[in-house]
Amino acid sequence: MTDAATAKPSPQLSLRGLAKRFDGKAVLSDIQLDIHDGEFITLLGPSGCGKTTLLRMLAGFETPDEGSIRLDGADIVGLPPNHRPLNTVFQNYALFPHMTVFQNVAYGLRMERCPAAEIRTRVEQMLAMVQLSEFAARKPHQLSGGQQQRVAIARAVIKRPRVLLLDEPLSALDFKLRKTMQLELKRIQRELGITFVFVTHDQEEALSMSDRVVVLNQGQIEQLGTPREVYERPASLFVARFVGEANLLPGEIAGVADDGRVQVDVMGQRMLLRRPFFPATPGQKVKILLRPEDMRLGTADESGFPGRVLERSYKGSTLDAVVRLDAGPDILASEFFDEDYPDFDHRRGEPVTVTWVPSWEWLLPDADAPV
Amino acid sequence: MLTRLFKPLFDLKAPFRSGVLWLIWGWLILLVLLPNLLVIGVSFLERDPQDFIRFSVTLDNYRRLFDPLYLGVFLRSLHMAVLATVLCLLIGYPFAWGVSRVTPRWRPLLMFLLIVPFWTNSLVRTYAIKVLLAGNGLINSFLIDVGLISQPVQLLYTEGAVIIGLIYVLLPFMILPLYSVFEQLREDLLAASADLGASRWRTFRHVVIPMTMPGVIAGCLLVLLPAMGMFYIADVLGGSRVLLVGNVIKSQFLDARDWPFGAAASVLLTVAMALLLLAYWQSVRRVRQQVAL
Repeated sequence: MTDAATAKPSPQLSLRGLAKRFDGKAVLSDIQLDIHDGEFITLLGPSGCGKTTLLRMLAGFETPDEGSIRLDGADIVGLPPNHRPLNTVFQNYALFPHMTVFQNVAYGLRMERCPAAEIRTRVEQMLAMVQLSEFAARKPHQLSGGQQQRVAIARAVIKRPRVLLLDEPLSALDFKLRKTMQLELKRIQRELGITFVFVTHDQEEALSMSDRVVVLNQGQIEQLGTPREVYERPASLFVARFVGEANLLPGEIAGVADDGRVQVDVMGQRMLLRRPFFPATPGQKVKILLRPEDMRLGTADESGFPGRVLERSYKGSTLDAVVRLDAGPDILASEFFDEDYPDFDHRRGEPVTVTWVPSWEWLLPDADAPV
Repeated sequence: MLTRLFKPLFDLKAPFRSGVLWLIWGWLILLVLLPNLLVIGVSFLERDPQDFIRFSVTLDNYRRLFDPLYLGVFLRSLHMAVLATVLCLLIGYPFAWGVSRVTPRWRPLLMFLLIVPFWTNSLVRTYAIKVLLAGNGLINSFLIDVGLISQPVQLLYTEGAVIIGLIYVLLPFMILPLYSVFEQLREDLLAASADLGASRWRTFRHVVIPMTMPGVIAGCLLVLLPAMGMFYIADVLGGSRVLLVGNVIKSQFLDARDWPFGAAASVLLTVAMALLLLAYWQSVRRVRQQVAL
């Protein structure tokens, strides 16, 4: 979907230089973003990063202090929410408590002054799509959280918006229901072919659902990329830490090889590591990012970084271990069961060595280090 | 049901709780239930010139209420109370909305200002209005000074004066329940309505009005019911010309000494009140505020 979308000459939504201040404090600054037709794009970031403000600007509930929002080439900044062909699924659903499910879903069409007969058929179709046909006469408070969620989605998409905005729609649901609704949302998006702009602070949700992820931090875009790029090749320490579990080993560049690979001193050992995405200079402090599943534990006599197992936990498909390295930080290793070694388990306190699959490391400039 | 109601009264393990419950029950029975039963009882008895009441059962008092004279007073009183209520609603609704939308820092102060007049007895405040409305009162002198009129206008002892007095005394009772529903009105429901294509007016009509209806009804009841009984306002501002049901009841008890008829009139007022409260209860149940998450 992404490939087809990016091939199109012009984006559906185009944000340029968006900025917003509340009480003189910058909430968003210089946001540049292109969103393509039919794309599932996620705004990911911690609370207070500006993701919800950005979404509210798209919906028309906030006016940017600077910049433009173009939808199919036309600036929509001056349009009030009721004149924008975008609809929102609100965080707490914001269903009208005095209306039935049917009336809630019909609301948008009534506002368009659709003929009653058309409203009836379209609402019935929509309720069938979200599997709520038999609940049409209920009031929102008579529904479960997941059902209310589906009403909120049906109510927003029935207007056939160009873009659907979703503000942390799954955060009020329990874990299992959230998983189900994630699949449900993807199905609805595929069936309708609507562009989804999805706001969440849950990185796992962002990775599993999106075509592209926008990682926001303190009102700025830290990284824009596919879930895989964001996870495997984060652009900054912030992204590395925020998206997924991260082991960050301290290192210092010792030299740069002809092929771009670098010699790095890592906790007393000199290693040849893959080419960094930034220009490396000898003496520069770096962090080496390794995901838990990149790590390998060996017995004490093998080569690698020596340490001791602090914690061991069984996760079903993997065995997770926290290892305290003799030379530095605690690291998290997550190993898959191997049929050939049914009892590769390590006991707590057992000395081990830690290595990783060569070239799976990712180097980042150490922003924390004093310059 | 009844055991659940009465069991805590005899719960020896929680003496404080049962003590408090005895106090509440005692209070309600002694000061609410018994007086009302007495009033209802008396309303079915006959009048006696010496002992106030004679113990023989009759429906005459109720029959007399439907005498065109009293029916007229009742309808006129209802008319004035309704008028005062509608005006209170027209003033109170935007006021409550406004207060609920200013920054939270200012809200307590504004509500405090609304409560301040309660510190003065309402009878005293009614006399204060008289000073404003009188022929040589503040309003007339002002209008003459400005040159709008040359002769004082008759403001006092009119229906209008009574209605002004009713509004003045009862407006806070309209605003308080309205303020409470407006404060609970979730901003995201208004946003959702706009998001789905509703203009401000249609959001108001389809979301704000239905969502605030329990407050509207509560406020209207709190104004309408007392308005029909506030005899001293009619006395002070309306002279003897404007009668409310409350004046009829008062004069039957204190002037005409016809207790049974006064009791019947107040039973009628109580029944009307009960019916309105029932209607309120029903409507609140229909417009359930809470959305279970």
